[in-house]
Amino acid sequence: MNFSEAFKLSSLLCRFSPDGKFLASCVQYRLVVRDVSTLQIRQLYTCLDQIQHIEWSADSLFILCAMYRRGLVQVWSLEQPEWHCKIDEGSAGLVASCWSPDGRHILNTTEFHLRITVWSLCTKSVSYIKYPKACQQGVTFTRDGRYMALAERRDCKDYVSIFVCSDWQLLRHFDTDTQDLAGIEWAPNGCVLAAWDTCLEYKVLLYSLDGRLLSAYCAYEWSLGIKSVAWSPSSQFLAVGSYDGKVRLLNHVTWKMITEFGHPAAINNPKIVVYKEAEKGPRLGLGRLSFPPPRALAVPLSTSESKYEIASVPVSLQSLKPATDRANPRMGVGMLAFSADSYFLATRNDNVPNTVWVWDIQKLRLFVVLEQLAPVRSFLWDPQQPRLAICTGSSKVYLWSPAGCVSVQVPGEGDFPVLSLCWHSSGDSLALLSKDHFCLCFLDTEEGIHTALGQQDSQA
Amino acid sequence: MGDWMTITDPGLSAESKNISQYTSETKMSPSSLYSQQVLCSSIPLSKNVHSFFSAFCTEENIEQSISYLDQELTTFGFPSLYEESRSKETKRKLNIVAVLNCMNELLVLQRKNLLAQENVETKNLKLGSDMDHLQNCYAKLKEQLETSKREMIGLQERDRQLQCKNRNLHQLLKNEKDEVQKLQNIIASRATQYNHDMKRKEREYNKLKERLHQLVMNKKDKKITMDVLNYVGRADGKRGSWRTGKTEARNEDEMYKILLNDYEYRQKQILMENAELKKVLQQMKKEMISLLSPQKKRPRERADDSTGTVISDVEEDAGELTRESMWDLSCENVREQLTNSIRKQWRILKSHVEKLDNQVSKVHLEGFNDEDVISRQDHEQETEKLELEIQQCKEMIKTQQQLLQQQLATACDDDTTSLLRDCYLLEEKERLKEEWSLFKEQKKNFEKERRSFTEAAIRLGLERKAFEEERASWLKQQFLNMTTFDHQNSENVKLFSAFSGSSDRDNLTVHSRTQQKKPHSVSNGSPVCMSKLTKSLPASPSTSDFCPTRSCVSEHSSINVLNITPEETTPNQVGRECTNQKWSVASRPGSQEGCYSGCSLTYTNSHVEKDDLP
Repeated sequence: MNFSEAFKLSSLLCRFSPDGKFLASCVQYRLVVRDVSTLQIRQLYTCLDQIQHIEWSADSLFILCAMYRRGLVQVWSLEQPEWHCKIDEGSAGLVASCWSPDGRHILNTTEFHLRITVWSLCTKSVSYIKYPKACQQGVTFTRDGRYMALAERRDCKDYVSIFVCSDWQLLRHFDTDTQDLAGIEWAPNGCVLAAWDTCLEYKVLLYSLDGRLLSAYCAYEWSLGIKSVAWSPSSQFLAVGSYDGKVRLLNHVTWKMITEFGHPAAINNPKIVVYKEAEKGPRLGLGRLSFPPPRALAVPLSTSESKYEIASVPVSLQSLKPATDRANPRMGVGMLAFSADSYFLATRNDNVPNTVWVWDIQKLRLFVVLEQLAPVRSFLWDPQQPRLAICTGSSKVYLWSPAGCVSVQVPGEGDFPVLSLCWHSSGDSLALLSKDHFCLCFLDTEEGIHTALGQQDSQA
Repeated sequence: MGDWMTITDPGLSAESKNISQYTSETKMSPSSLYSQQVLCSSIPLSKNVHSFFSAFCTEENIEQSISYLDQELTTFGFPSLYEESRSKETKRKLNIVAVLNCMNELLVLQRKNLLAQENVETKNLKLGSDMDHLQNCYAKLKEQLETSKREMIGLQERDRQLQCKNRNLHQLLKNEKDEVQKLQNIIASRATQYNHDMKRKEREYNKLKERLHQLVMNKKDKKITMDVLNYVGRADGKRGSWRTGKTEARNEDEMYKILLNDYEYRQKQILMENAELKKVLQQMKKEMISLLSPQKKRPRERADDSTGTVISDVEEDAGELTRESMWDLSCENVREQLTNSIRKQWRILKSHVEKLDNQVSKVHLEGFNDEDVISRQDHEQETEKLELEIQQCKEMIKTQQQLLQQQLATACDDDTTSLLRDCYLLEEKERLKEEWSLFKEQKKNFEKERRSFTEAAIRLGLERKAFEEERASWLKQQFLNMTTFDHQNSENVKLFSAFSGSSDRDNLTVHSRTQQKKPHSVSNGSPVCMSKLTKSLPASPSTSDFCPTRSCVSEHSSINVLNITPEETTPNQVGRECTNQKWSVASRPGSQEGCYSGCSLTYTNSHVEKDDLP
């Protein structure tokens, strides 16, 4: 595993292009595009203000930079550096901006969700979509980029509109039987739309592309409901994480629940492997004893090396007692992700924040539990193989695969707290983002990884 | 009266009388004694009665007492003691026979009474003990009753308490339920309230939004612009099309196409899955048939068996199915048949398995009759045997361990352990003893040899001395007559060259310089040899080939013998000897004196050897 040098970064804005050739990152009001293979700067663009959001177009030709405070969006072309485009939303303000899947339209949401403006880069035409709903996930595109579903709110009722992305024609418009729609998400095959209600009520609705209600699912009543939803890449399963600390898997044939995964704080099943991150003792080499002591020594938790140990069951995991009298309590399954091959599901229960559960979807049971020393900030699956990258805000990156898991210290002087990460589309490298720096982590070939994991296992 | 008369045996009765007497005396309770006295007052048997008798009948009152007894006996129904008197006047005579008869009868009676009494007494005792036992039992039962009563009361109390608790809990539950109901109502009302409020707020919000929209959007805001250098082409390279009814229809079509594709894909998958399942089903069916068909013969052998017919049915069905190759048809037509046949087969299989189970259990009950059962028996026996062996081995190991531990624990103090150790080492000791004796013999032999060697050496020394003297004189003579005896010179040179090969490599002048030194140099050889000898003591060949030379030396004191000895010492031996020479010289002051000192040297050497030996 190799690491690049650390580059400057602001606002955690660092994205790989969809074709995997370039890497865009922001430093204040500058946009830097690098070649992924050489990390040489390919282009440098200067925006009018500090960039708050960037997004690559699907064909990797354009980059959108949004400056919400100014109500501005600037678009840059990679092929024609002199080409420029600036969209000013004026007094309407701007809260969100995104590409349409064809990479020729930009959807800007104005303040107060008054409307969505669809700007075209091909023609002078501007379209407006009224009544967008301000919710967790109100816009979703199908994977093939043909259709867009939009959550709307009119007359105190929730609606979903399905648009054809090619000409922004409204295809279907139907109301949903929800109190307060919280999010919508297309299945990867683009034929089923999942819509779920606000956390006050447990309700998942499944609509066909033509607006028919396929099924509705409700696990329980009178209690806080859905917190997170994820489709499996095969579209076979819909995983619903809820505030009761369970994940329920719905199948795509009957849309009934197949199984539910509880997240207990104690693990008793001896079949389950529990990896526990443990601090290695600080190395007392002569090189370490420099004067004045480097800052690294002052922060022992984030800099001391760590390794995984296999804990012997029964294991009790560190859990928080959530304050139930406050809004948005820290409890329930807040993070869900299927691996690219749909074989594994990684979850995090928010009142057991240090732990990632990995479930075996083939056998529908818990497979591995990873307990970190610090709360898990995010985890992402390798887009090519079942390999999970985890970051906890410490200067380490953690990788799990069915063969085992490793904890890797990010090298370099000083601290590098990894706050976020993103995978390259090939799965060969990983961008690690800290507050003001980022670096690339190049993963070795399969054999190398496996031997490393084997060593790790033998150590543990 | 008849039966006890028959048992009477004079000897036995006398014995039993004595015994009974004795027992009655020792064992009788006071009351029974009294009764006996009462009984015996008229029957003269016991000792005190005898004494009473002596008082009762004296020399003087024989007549009276006889008459008294007669009266008494007659009143008890015995025949009169007196002979029948013919007249009143004549004095009646004592009838001895009658007296004896009476006495016998009395004695028999007495014995019977005693027996009866004894029986009664034992019975009494038995009853008494029974009584005691029953009383004890009664007491115990009473206690038990008490305790159980107490327990019952306790349990009742507990029951009452629990019931109380239960009632309380019921009450609490009811309260809680009420509470829950209330809370649910509250939640529901709150929810409706909340929703209502939300709606109201949202309406207001929408109004505001609308207003804002009008204000912001409809004023032709100049700021809302897009500033583009030039418009780019579409990703698909086509031009944008106008929105018309046609496009709408096209979109619809496309959407349905997509949906259709998805459904078709899913149907295909399901069909595949179905096919797989069908295959599995078919295989299972085939296997079932093959599994059940060999069974068919056996049931048919039995006259009345329903399964045989069923199986044949099934086979027919199966034949039909395979003939028609129904598997490729849609399931609907075949489903019923298929499920029915599968069900039938399943039933047969189930009954068969049950039968097998029954057989197994029967076999278990009946014992081991069948051959394979016997083999199992054998097997069990074998395992038992093996287990026994294992047990034995384990015991062996245990005892060994114990012994070892004992030995280790009490290594020096205990006599038994020393004995044990002796046991263990006896063989070894014997062997050692043998070796020791052998070794001692060898040592003795060596000692002998050494002594002979020393003697030989002494002799040699003497002879050498003599020889040296002789030679010196001869040399002198030769020296003096050098010029006169020329032909003898060549011989001398030869001789000296031979000598030069030995330890002394000096030339002729050195040899001739002192007579005293010559013996020294020559006698050097002997201690060297001795040391060599001591070193190679166990190796007999060296000594054996040394011996002859010595003996030769002792026998022949001529020159040619001396010539041999230096030849034997090879160059490398010389080197060794040289080193040894130093030692020998140091240890021997004034060796030229000859025999005695050499002798002493050998002795010291032998001493050294002795020290080395053990």
